[in-house]
Amino acid sequence: MTRPSSTNLAPASGAGATEPLVSLEDVVFSRNGRPILKGLTLTVPRGRVVAILGGSGTGKTTILNLIGGRLKPDSGRVLVDGVSVPDLRTRELYELRKRMALLFQSGALFTDLNVFENVAFPIREHTRLPEELLRTVVLMKLEAVGLRGARHLMPAELSGGMARRVALARAIALDPMMVMYDEPFTGLDPISMGVIVKLIRELNDALRITSIVVTHDVAEACEIADLIYLVAGGRIAASGTPEEIRASTSEEVRQFMAGLPDGPVSFHYPGGDYLEDLMRSGGA
Amino acid sequence: MNFFRYLGQWSIARVTTLGRAALFLYELLFASWRRPARLGPAVAKAFRLVVQQLYSVGVLTLLIILVSSLFVGMVLALQGYNTLVDFGAESSLGLLVALSLARELGPVVTALLFAGRAGSALTAEIGLMKATEQLAGMEMMAVNPMTRVIAPRFVAGLISLPLLAAMFTAVGILGGHFVGVVQLGVDEGVFWSQMQGGVDIYDDIGSGLLKGVVFGFVVSWIAVFEGYDSVPTSEGVAAATTRTVVLSSLAVLGLDFILTALTLGEI
Repeated sequence: MTRPSSTNLAPASGAGATEPLVSLEDVVFSRNGRPILKGLTLTVPRGRVVAILGGSGTGKTTILNLIGGRLKPDSGRVLVDGVSVPDLRTRELYELRKRMALLFQSGALFTDLNVFENVAFPIREHTRLPEELLRTVVLMKLEAVGLRGARHLMPAELSGGMARRVALARAIALDPMMVMYDEPFTGLDPISMGVIVKLIRELNDALRITSIVVTHDVAEACEIADLIYLVAGGRIAASGTPEEIRASTSEEVRQFMAGLPDGPVSFHYPGGDYLEDLMRSGGA
Repeated sequence: MNFFRYLGQWSIARVTTLGRAALFLYELLFASWRRPARLGPAVAKAFRLVVQQLYSVGVLTLLIILVSSLFVGMVLALQGYNTLVDFGAESSLGLLVALSLARELGPVVTALLFAGRAGSALTAEIGLMKATEQLAGMEMMAVNPMTRVIAPRFVAGLISLPLLAAMFTAVGILGGHFVGVVQLGVDEGVFWSQMQGGVDIYDDIGSGLLKGVVFGFVVSWIAVFEGYDSVPTSEGVAAATTRTVVLSSLAVLGLDFILTALTLGEI
């Protein structure tokens, strides 16, 4: 289907020797005048599972959108497989996107197509495979996520975990070099969560792809990631292997990893003096 | 002072939206089209997508159009007869019904019904696709939603509306015939021959067709733009759907006046 990129086949064990697949350098991004990323730098080595951890609203999803070219940084560089994403023309960007996949939190399945057609969609759009072969490819992808038997179901008939697995099958339909996961563990029961955790790791190793997982689930991230970045205040607060992050003495890291309600990230949203606020008359 | 500030903000917001709508149209008509690597399969696929949409936009709107047109034609004949009979001019009933329908009521009422039935559905569908990240997902799969989702719906609306308007006029005339000839006893030969003699293919049928095409363009544009531009929440999609119906109706009535003035050349 897609041509195999030679770099895609670089052994995961020697990833340190090759150039990183994704690198963000000093990226600044603001939305409606509100700064979200303030000079963020991170690299994603090939063939690894990288987790980007951080609280809600810290700009984790923004990072994925910058890598996918859906947003442009105010300044700084975003490189994917050696090319600068913000400088790409639309056609080039679309070519790059054929080699990367983004798994949305909602799954973003097409509600008017059944499971089979959802997975077949990118293949039908980008290749001219004969129907027989297309069926084989789709069934293989569905088998990989354990949903071959569910191919006739409509998205509305799927549970949250199943919808995400179908979306995952669709994401790997064109054999991408990289899959990005936006909050893949949110809102799942423990079994579905376990399935997704297993799938991310297994697909990464079996297909020799690179995975970027954006999440706030500490335990799951530590379980599957080779490398963890902790985002706070629009920058990388800490990075390292799960063991290094767990052993960190930084207050910011410890607050997040232990889930403490108060610490460097304040419990209270900034809002002036409490007593003064109570005494003031008038509306909200 | 607050009033002027509000007015200024309101005006700027409207002009900004208008600008976005114009850019959207530009992208829809020109920018999103690239020469495909193989023309044959691309054309076949585009054709298939448009036909699918023709069904949901056009065919599913047919029933409401046909039923409405029958009643409009019948009421027109009833009212027309009551006025004409006072002057002994009931023989002109066929002409009156045909001209009113072909020039005005056919395209205008069809466009209003179309905005309510198909336009609102288009906006809601596209808005919900946006809210559930289906459009973003498509973009990330390197598929341009503009050519895959928006364009087929726009083209289907553009083709459907003039055809529906023509059917509205035809069925309306049959309704007028039923009331005028069958019920009220106007001579059948006079009914048809007056119509045949008085309706001009260019001035009357042509101007009606032109209105159908223009309304089809405008209503489809508003419907797909409002969906694409909607705030991706349940509230936002609801507001966008309402705006589609309101703006389309206003645009149709306003443009109808302009087109009538231009085609009659009296102003």
